[in-house]
Amino acid sequence: MNAVRNILMRREAGIFVMIVLFCLAVGIAKPQFLTTNSLRIVLLLVPLIMIGAMGQMLVLVARHVDLSIGSILGLSAMVTGMMFRYHPEIWWPLGFAVSIGTGALLGLFNGTLVTVFKLPSIIVTLGTLNLFRGLTYIISNAKQIDRQYVPSALKAMSQTSPVFGIPWIIIIAFSVALLTYYFVMHTRVGRQIYALGSNPIAAPLRGIDVTRVTLLVFTISGALSGLAGIMYASRWGFVNPSNTGAGFEFQVIAAVVIGGVSINGGVGTVLGTVLGVLLLGCVSSALPLLGIPGTTQNAIYGSVIIIALIIDRTVRRQGISSIARRQA
Amino acid sequence: MNALGTSETGATSAAKPTRPGWQTALIRPETMTFVLLIIGVIGASMLSPFFLDINYILRSFTLSAEIALVALVLTMVIIAGEIDLSAASNMALSACLFAFAQQAGIPMPIAIGIGLLAGLAMGGFNALMVVGLQLPSIIVTIGTLIAYRGLAQVIAGDKSIRVPDWFIGINNQMILGIPLPVVLFVLTSIVLGLVLSATIYGRQIYQVGTNEMAARHAGIRSKKIKVGLFLLLGLASAVAGLMTASRLGSVRYDIALGGELQMVLMAMLGGTYIFGGRGSILGTFLAAWLLVIVSTGMTVANLLPAVQLTVLGILLIVAIIATNFIYSRAQR
Repeated sequence: MNAVRNILMRREAGIFVMIVLFCLAVGIAKPQFLTTNSLRIVLLLVPLIMIGAMGQMLVLVARHVDLSIGSILGLSAMVTGMMFRYHPEIWWPLGFAVSIGTGALLGLFNGTLVTVFKLPSIIVTLGTLNLFRGLTYIISNAKQIDRQYVPSALKAMSQTSPVFGIPWIIIIAFSVALLTYYFVMHTRVGRQIYALGSNPIAAPLRGIDVTRVTLLVFTISGALSGLAGIMYASRWGFVNPSNTGAGFEFQVIAAVVIGGVSINGGVGTVLGTVLGVLLLGCVSSALPLLGIPGTTQNAIYGSVIIIALIIDRTVRRQGISSIARRQA
Repeated sequence: MNALGTSETGATSAAKPTRPGWQTALIRPETMTFVLLIIGVIGASMLSPFFLDINYILRSFTLSAEIALVALVLTMVIIAGEIDLSAASNMALSACLFAFAQQAGIPMPIAIGIGLLAGLAMGGFNALMVVGLQLPSIIVTIGTLIAYRGLAQVIAGDKSIRVPDWFIGINNQMILGIPLPVVLFVLTSIVLGLVLSATIYGRQIYQVGTNEMAARHAGIRSKKIKVGLFLLLGLASAVAGLMTASRLGSVRYDIALGGELQMVLMAMLGGTYIFGGRGSILGTFLAAWLLVIVSTGMTVANLLPAVQLTVLGILLIVAIIATNFIYSRAQR
């Protein structure tokens, strides 16, 4: 009985129920929402956000925030796209290495500023958000990478599938989620991220190398945004200096916060984050079906972040009081 | 034990002799901003012989005056230990509500009132979340940054709403040969500078930002101060939004898009300490002029807007590193 209650009390169960209720409600209004085709649309909407969310989750758990991921996505995609344009003879899977590597370097740059100069991550990444976007313009000379330069094998990854009609990019996204799960649950450094985030003062006393862990989370966040960058090229077939990745950080932060990752550090699960991403995906794909114009999207993302913050706050208060009761 | 204690006090007093006044003035971040400003003016006038024209500089300043105005209040919010990234979105939503109301046939004075009230309400909402629910202001205002901009997009769509002809052109109104937005900015700077540096309320803002717990024990009503500052920021944003509407002659949801970077940058460049408790209106005032000189200089030098974005991003990072460095070396 207690076990059942524990499962139901968990944040993830709540999000899952919300997804089911939301889909049922939309399904009653518009029956075509509950078809495999619309499931496919949802699943094609989420891979980029899912990958970005895994990185952002680690950063938030470590009690930081990374606002620059959208610009990292754009710059990595641009670097890769330019490689495809000027060196079409290069074996295209190398694009993954280039994009992930670029992202990792940019993330390392953020991490260095945060750790070496002891600066708040929010201001640093607000600066690099603009800095990286500007660099994207500069290296590309403000020109878009058109469809014909992106290798067709790469574009095919978001169409073709190895199993059950599930496109490659969805499989990659869920693999990243699984890897992240393994990383945070079963590796030493993965657990250290939680220890650091829940108590940054105690962490060094417990033998945690704070600089190393902080650098690591920012580098991972950057590398995953780089991966999202090449997947953007796969999904949409072009890279634009001004809008590729613009606003990505908001979608990702919205998804992560819905997924129950606390902005106060130390709290957050991979399962919750995945469910948060899926809920956001369902909402985004239901909007056009319900005849709600696309201009409302940002308002919805913003409100969702605020509502999730309030829920987070109430849940945390209750959690603390229940612990207090148990101890009393 | 006693000897150790004495030697420690001895070491501290040896390491920190009382500085002469001119040295204290020299290591203030505002001095750095001022020096940069002079270098900026010299550099920009070397790029173009037409630059060093006071009317040209004043006209250029009208383009940033609205954001600079908000940055003054933001400085006070940051000194009090909080931050607000949603002010630029607030400008857009206030302006959109105002324009929407007047287009719907509501008389202008009431429409203006609606815009101003909307700004106050948005500031109040931020205050409710930050002070009332005790959520961290950085994340709350990222949320409201998106939400306010999103609501503006819902109201105005992708169209631009025209404002009446007589309302247009605040930047062409001259007072003693100085554009009205610049006059407003200077007056606001003087008033806020006096409030912050010469009133009890101003000292309390610094105390709240330095150590909120200690401030509360000393009987300072920190919550009331923070709510007041968020409301003031909301109102300033709405005024800035209306000024932008008047300058552009029409309102779109993307007014002041990305303005939060410039606002934070002005405060940081002026030496406001990101962790609260330190900073001054004078610093932000100088930094606003510095930024205008830098961006006008870049435009004169034919740099692409994208390059300017990069420069602003680098400036922000350099500014916080420099300020942190100065404050960690020189305990004022």
